[in-house]
Amino acid sequence: MTAVSAPTTPLVDYADAVRRYDPVLGIEVHVELGTRTKMFCAAEVEFGAPPNTQVTPVSLGLPGALPVVNGTAVEYAIRIGLALNCQIAETCRFARKNYFYPDVPKNFQTSQYDEPIAFDGWLDVELEDGTIHRVEIERAHMEEDAGKNTHVGGSTGRIHGAEYSLVDYNRAGIPLVEIVTRPITGAGERAPEVARAYVQALRDIFRVLDVSEARMERGNVRADVNVSLRPSPEAPLGTRTETKNVNSFRSVERAVRYEISRQAAILDAGSAVVQETRHWHEDTGITTSGRVKSDAEDYRYFPEPDLVPVAPSREWVEEIRATLPELPQARRRRLQDEWGYADAEMRDVVNAGALDLIEATVAAGTSPAGARKWWMGELARRAKQDDVALADMPITPAQIAELQSLVDSGRINDKLARQVLEGVLAGEGGPEEVVAARGLEVVSDDGALLAAIDDALAAQPDVVEKVRGGNQGPVGAIIGAVMKATRGQADAKRVRELVLERIGG
Amino acid sequence: MTDLTRLSAAELADHLRAGEVSSVEATQAHLDRIAAVDGAVHAFLHVNSDEALQTAADVDARRASGEDLHPLAGVPIAVKDVVVTKGMPSTAGSKILEGWIPPYDATLVEKIRAAGLPILGKTNMDEFAMGSSTEHSAYGNSHNPWDLDRIPGGSGGGSAAALAAFEAPLAIGTDTGGSIRQPGAVTGTVGVKPTYGGVSRYGLIALASSLDQAGPVTRTVLDSALLHELIGGHDPRDSTSIPEPLPPLVEAARQGATGDLSGLKVGVVTQLQGEGYQPGVLARFHESLELLQKAGAEIVEVSCPHFDYALAAYYLILPAEASSNLAKFDGMRFGLRVEPETGPVTAERVMAATRGAGFGDEVKRRIILGTYALSAGYYDAYYGSAQKVRTLIQRDFAEAFAQADVLVSPTAPTTAFKLGEKLDDPLAMYLNDVATIPANLAGVPGISVPNGLSDDGLPTGFQVLAPAKADDRLYRVGAALEAALESAWGGPLLAKAPELG
Repeated sequence: MTAVSAPTTPLVDYADAVRRYDPVLGIEVHVELGTRTKMFCAAEVEFGAPPNTQVTPVSLGLPGALPVVNGTAVEYAIRIGLALNCQIAETCRFARKNYFYPDVPKNFQTSQYDEPIAFDGWLDVELEDGTIHRVEIERAHMEEDAGKNTHVGGSTGRIHGAEYSLVDYNRAGIPLVEIVTRPITGAGERAPEVARAYVQALRDIFRVLDVSEARMERGNVRADVNVSLRPSPEAPLGTRTETKNVNSFRSVERAVRYEISRQAAILDAGSAVVQETRHWHEDTGITTSGRVKSDAEDYRYFPEPDLVPVAPSREWVEEIRATLPELPQARRRRLQDEWGYADAEMRDVVNAGALDLIEATVAAGTSPAGARKWWMGELARRAKQDDVALADMPITPAQIAELQSLVDSGRINDKLARQVLEGVLAGEGGPEEVVAARGLEVVSDDGALLAAIDDALAAQPDVVEKVRGGNQGPVGAIIGAVMKATRGQADAKRVRELVLERIGG
Repeated sequence: MTDLTRLSAAELADHLRAGEVSSVEATQAHLDRIAAVDGAVHAFLHVNSDEALQTAADVDARRASGEDLHPLAGVPIAVKDVVVTKGMPSTAGSKILEGWIPPYDATLVEKIRAAGLPILGKTNMDEFAMGSSTEHSAYGNSHNPWDLDRIPGGSGGGSAAALAAFEAPLAIGTDTGGSIRQPGAVTGTVGVKPTYGGVSRYGLIALASSLDQAGPVTRTVLDSALLHELIGGHDPRDSTSIPEPLPPLVEAARQGATGDLSGLKVGVVTQLQGEGYQPGVLARFHESLELLQKAGAEIVEVSCPHFDYALAAYYLILPAEASSNLAKFDGMRFGLRVEPETGPVTAERVMAATRGAGFGDEVKRRIILGTYALSAGYYDAYYGSAQKVRTLIQRDFAEAFAQADVLVSPTAPTTAFKLGEKLDDPLAMYLNDVATIPANLAGVPGISVPNGLSDDGLPTGFQVLAPAKADDRLYRVGAALEAALESAWGGPLLAKAPELG
């Protein structure tokens, strides 16, 4: 079926490629909606169920079966449309996309074609350095997923060379929303970053909207990335390739980068880019040719006669709009405002994945500065050292808040706090428990402190003379000796007060 | 007791209710009749004796225990093979579904079972309901009980022939362009195509989704109303199903049978008479009009100019939808699977071999037509134009119904033709549905009532059309005409049919 390009495909150095050509992107993102049942029937949706157990006559395409639109899926699609600043159609239809393939039970996919439920939107995408790139959304439409083929007996896992294929229809009919951008221009050398940030922003939105688990590794979110090059931003669009099923943020970035380098080499050689579907190879980081797309491909779309049009009332749309949760970008702005972080600080927090953690810590009573100090300081250092995500560290925002309040109340000092943190991370319990178990509380009993001070003064009689003579400097030596004697558990400020009292008296 | 197979469903139901006869006796009588005459008629593709008798025995037991039963409980019924029946073959007249046993029931079958009607079996039809004669059945044609050398109409010729041959008192048909009404007309039986969306399509093996509609096939207008009320109503599994309840149909039939149509305006459609209609068909039609007039109806002439394009539009829309609906028959999941005789066994080649071997010529013809009509570059000219014509026909109906309460015409332009006569001329075959197709394109209901014999001694049908959701008008007018005709004839038309066997 397809010739796999040799890995020796000529590439142009990326920096050279984007100096000579202006990349244009188009991204199609499919998200599997987290509805309880499928798009057009009551088959339950459950990840990992045994093959062909999540099916009904409808999702198997049995003779006589008829589809019925899942109202929750429509609501989710509207939520997505509104979050992407789209218009919501007053009425829209499904169509049949006709093609023969075993994983499509009816041999047509029921999908929206010329009448999407949402259209004409945009999303502002924030890059890591805070640059905003606006991505225009052409449409978001509803459709059903296909089943899943497993090709058995070949060496590659692909259909070519397989002895037989198995089809699992559990996935057939799961509701999808496909979000299609307009051509993304003006990103220049940052096109790969924009692509990645866009897909990531969508994933974050899906999660906040609670319309999908949006787990990339499960294929809940899949991106098809179109890339084309043109000699300058004024030139007409070049021939594009569509790299299918790029399923991680990093891969989106790498695939775009790779296509830019590959297409630049073709154009440099005076050849023409072939309009085709390409496969992304995660392991080698390259794309290879799939099937050639041509105008001959004819899906014979026509309006689905088994379904009446979907006509969401304006009241319903407004109701959904009113109950939309705060979107990630707005939330970041609000929190930055509330916390008084500088732009750079906020970006670091977001990039470190500490936003939710700090928010929860602040909610538990810690000051924004205090929460940031812990999560972006000691904990970030430990997370990096152990190579785990910050959120996966064995400590909760509530425990950090408890730790900080121990410091604030003077029961422990900063040095002890680090030991308490140590104990919590080692699984010794919450901060209070660690303080109790390790006996780390600050000594605040003046009697005990005075005994230690008297011992220290007796050991260094010259200090008393110097201080009385007006030289405060040597007081530190006495404080140090007291801290040492109390194993660091004394409040240094109180010790200083008592030492001066003693000498003065 | 008279021959149980000669009773109407309503009469049989009365006897059952009165305890004068058991459902087992009634069911056995029909099974015996099938055994006696179906060799000649071939109305059935599958006879469901054991299960039917079991259902009958259950109903008898429930009746004996004093349970409150559906009015038609215990009355046997035949079901067109395009309707999916759990545990019973459902081939739609095609080789491609040979041996397939559905794992679920169509909604209307669920209702039939819940009401306790023993299902006698599945009736013959043109393959996937494509045809007007049953000659396109992959399992051999059915015969018209009036003349075994003639067609019983189609696609639902099996259901109509079963009624005309007294093999069943009730049957289910489906009507995409006349497949209930035209067989009714040529076999002297009653057939009703309800308003589109009036009877659930869930479990009908789809031909053309926007045109298909299931309905009753009976020997009397009242029986059709009784069956229509049983199978009709909203079904959440069919999104094109009408949410409102049905109008009172049985009541309308009983009221119509009193013979009073005063205040009713009957519109005669100019375009559905004249050229192409047999003189005998037209003569009976005009006699029926006079009877309606005598019953108090006012007869007016209405023009539906776009009906002239109905057939052309229909033969674009139907094949287009069918080409997509029939794509699922590919040997991958159910039914026939044929591997290519030579070369690699790939999914694509198995699909091609299966479809090549499993579909008959008429089905292939329409799939090719429909595929072409939907192709990029041709869509607007064919499918798009046909949809515009459809809108114009709907407008014609709206204007006509502003002038008349019902519209009437002969159901079919001719009486039953000879088997084989039009097999080589698809266009002539298609012309048989010229009067029935407009109703499907507009989604309005229609009934065919037997209204006499033509010069050739074969039955003719009188079609009544009503506005969408006003199916009750069909029953009022149909029952009034039936009453007037039977009083003139001194009994039902089928009494004049030749004895079989």
